[in-house]
Amino acid sequence: MTLKTLTRVLALSAVGIGGTAFAAGHLTPEQQRAIDARQSHMTLYGFYLGPLGGMAQDRIPYDAAVAATAAANLAALANLDQAGYWVEGTDASVEGNRAKAEIWTDMAGFEAEQAKLADAATGLAAVAGDGLDAMKAAFGPVGQSCGSCHESYRTPRN
Amino acid sequence: MAVWRWIGLAVVLGAGAGYVLTRPAPLSADAIEGLRGDATRGAVIFAAAGCASCHADADEGAEGLGGGHALASDFGTFYAPNISPDPTHGIGAWSDLELASAIVTGVGRDGGHLYPAFPYAAYNKATMRDVVDLIAHLRTLPANPRPNTPHDIGFPFNQRILLGGWKFLFESDDWVLEDAGTEQLARGRYLVEALGHCGECHTPRNALGGLDKGQWMAGAPNPSGEGRIPNITPAALDWSEAGIAEYLKSGFTPSFDTAGGSMAAVVRNTAQLTDLDRAAIAAYLKAIPPVAN
Repeated sequence: MTLKTLTRVLALSAVGIGGTAFAAGHLTPEQQRAIDARQSHMTLYGFYLGPLGGMAQDRIPYDAAVAATAAANLAALANLDQAGYWVEGTDASVEGNRAKAEIWTDMAGFEAEQAKLADAATGLAAVAGDGLDAMKAAFGPVGQSCGSCHESYRTPRN
Repeated sequence: MAVWRWIGLAVVLGAGAGYVLTRPAPLSADAIEGLRGDATRGAVIFAAAGCASCHADADEGAEGLGGGHALASDFGTFYAPNISPDPTHGIGAWSDLELASAIVTGVGRDGGHLYPAFPYAAYNKATMRDVVDLIAHLRTLPANPRPNTPHDIGFPFNQRILLGGWKFLFESDDWVLEDAGTEQLARGRYLVEALGHCGECHTPRNALGGLDKGQWMAGAPNPSGEGRIPNITPAALDWSEAGIAEYLKSGFTPSFDTAGGSMAAVVRNTAQLTDLDRAAIAAYLKAIPPVAN
């Protein structure tokens, strides 16, 4: 997928999620855009994890080309600079949003989690087309980094 | 007047009955006689019972079950104790019987009641063999010298004698799912209701902290105050059994979200179970009554 397509998907997804109007009216437009953007980002992670996870879990047959494309997109996403997402005043006290206050009080730890995912996704992209076993082995660390970040920096659903 | 004598007698009898009904009742001296712990098997029980989720040392990187993990509640904050084999701060000096008694009856080494933040009201349904194997495994783990953090509990909840009343009212070794028709369901029920103590978070509590079993697994406020622990009855959890089992293995939901918060630690435990056990848990969750909310 080209960068242009990726941008388009990001933009469309942002519109879709923004349209469901998560938050009450007291957010500034800047805060609302940041929340929409990062939630769209998460939606896209899920979208590209779908085929990879399905193959890793033996639910769909392995397809080298599909795996390589999904992993490349996942890596591109994970390596985006996301610093602009974490605008002050957009933690889980804002409805429809689960970002823990710890993101702001421990930004270094949070960024370390992001870096862990970027490394794992880059590693996965390097081997995802090289066969099911190679893909499975590199998929594990991706799932672990999703989980460890959600453990520390995301609240349960309301 | 004679009537005062009768009232006096009733008070004495009532107090006596109250004492008998609520005093700490540890295991009998022969409860684990003839059982020899198997530490390898115990490692699986340790994972299934989720011990490390609370008892691992709260300081990052520290080895062993030094405790210190804070559990917020409506009654104050409990701090998980050190259960590493350290003889001073941990359980190194406890006998197997004392440990087994704490796990299944909630009576400590000093003979007093333990707080039900320790889920003995679930572990009371564990088999004595599993308990003894678990203890054998605990003794193989590294000793950790971390001193215990005292619970931060106000009056009157800091009066442990009252816990006898709590046990009398709320502790039961009856299964919530009364009819487990298949071997798989019975196994799932054992893993969920006894060892896994899933209901401790997923079932709401009444004002005295007893589980509301009519709302079994219907979700509850998160004791830490953030968000809600989800409803996992069939009324809300519409994943397939395979999807539930996969979640308990990899942490991925069917739509490739992942387990987060306290559930991330739970999945680290369930990931160590067999596929059969995870499938049994999934089958159980499909068999409990749906509770809409």
